[in-house]
Amino acid sequence: MGDAEITASSWRLVEVGRIVLISKGPSEGKLATIVEIIDHKRALVDGPSTDTKTACPRQAVALQNVILTPLVLEKLPRGARTGVVKAQWEKAGIEAKWQESSWAKKRQQRERRRALTDFDRFKVMRLKKQARFEIRKSLSKVKAAK
Amino acid sequence: MSRLTEYQVIGRHLPSEANPTPKLYRMRIFAPNTVVAKSRFWYFLMKLRKVKKANGEIVSLNVIHEKRPLKVKNFGIWIRYDSRSGTHNMYKEYREMSRTDAVEAMYQDMAARHRSRFRSIHILKVVELEKGDDVKRPYIKQLLTKNLKFPLPHRVSKAAGTKLFAESRPSTFY
Repeated sequence: MGDAEITASSWRLVEVGRIVLISKGPSEGKLATIVEIIDHKRALVDGPSTDTKTACPRQAVALQNVILTPLVLEKLPRGARTGVVKAQWEKAGIEAKWQESSWAKKRQQRERRRALTDFDRFKVMRLKKQARFEIRKSLSKVKAAK
Repeated sequence: MSRLTEYQVIGRHLPSEANPTPKLYRMRIFAPNTVVAKSRFWYFLMKLRKVKKANGEIVSLNVIHEKRPLKVKNFGIWIRYDSRSGTHNMYKEYREMSRTDAVEAMYQDMAARHRSRFRSIHILKVVELEKGDDVKRPYIKQLLTKNLKFPLPHRVSKAAGTKLFAESRPSTFY
């Protein structure tokens, strides 16, 4: 018999301390941590971030309207109040970790692109063209030298 | 925004010469508004005492607010429910953030499981179960296990700005 290699699945779990991104509702796009699981479809979350753009008030949210992130606050006690959550949040440096992640960067980039005006988009096109021209110039130089 | 509100209704029989200070009756009533709350008060009081709206008065009516609306609690609700074939007493448990949320969940649950309406349910008692040991029902007990965790294995993630029709099949792996 062939050896079957069994590895544990690496699902992101709904658990106390899991950092989530809220994807729908009034606090859309905010970052929060699960403080307590209400039932299989809802959780109590709290986002004590100092940045107002990602801070999320303590509230119950449906797990349907939430995306789980790979970040977890280890050792967060169940039903912790905002003070405790905030202390752990800062200690773990969640804010910095999130801003560094490519996910957050992509979101930021998308937001910036969406805010561009028609003229801004035109300027981007011109700059891209110029960059392309320079690259081609140097490439042809290298080719000619060979 | 919740559908129901908890009201405290106090009423009494109209004072008469024989009894100038009639006894006060107080009820905590879950209703969508004050009109329904008063109506339900008379409905229940008529069943319990010889007082009706025509010979009684409402002394006061005020809203009872949840003391800690940001704490998850377990509630036990005792109800009396008129089914199509008879009357039953029931005890059910709910895990919610407030008493009104629990009662709302109970009405939804009863409507789903027994097709019962608001008019056919009497709430007898709503109690917060402070100790985990007081929880009787397995469907709430399973949520109180230590280090509870579970994945969300299969779902359609609806990102903002997605269109109604897509050119590719959605990935449900999460």
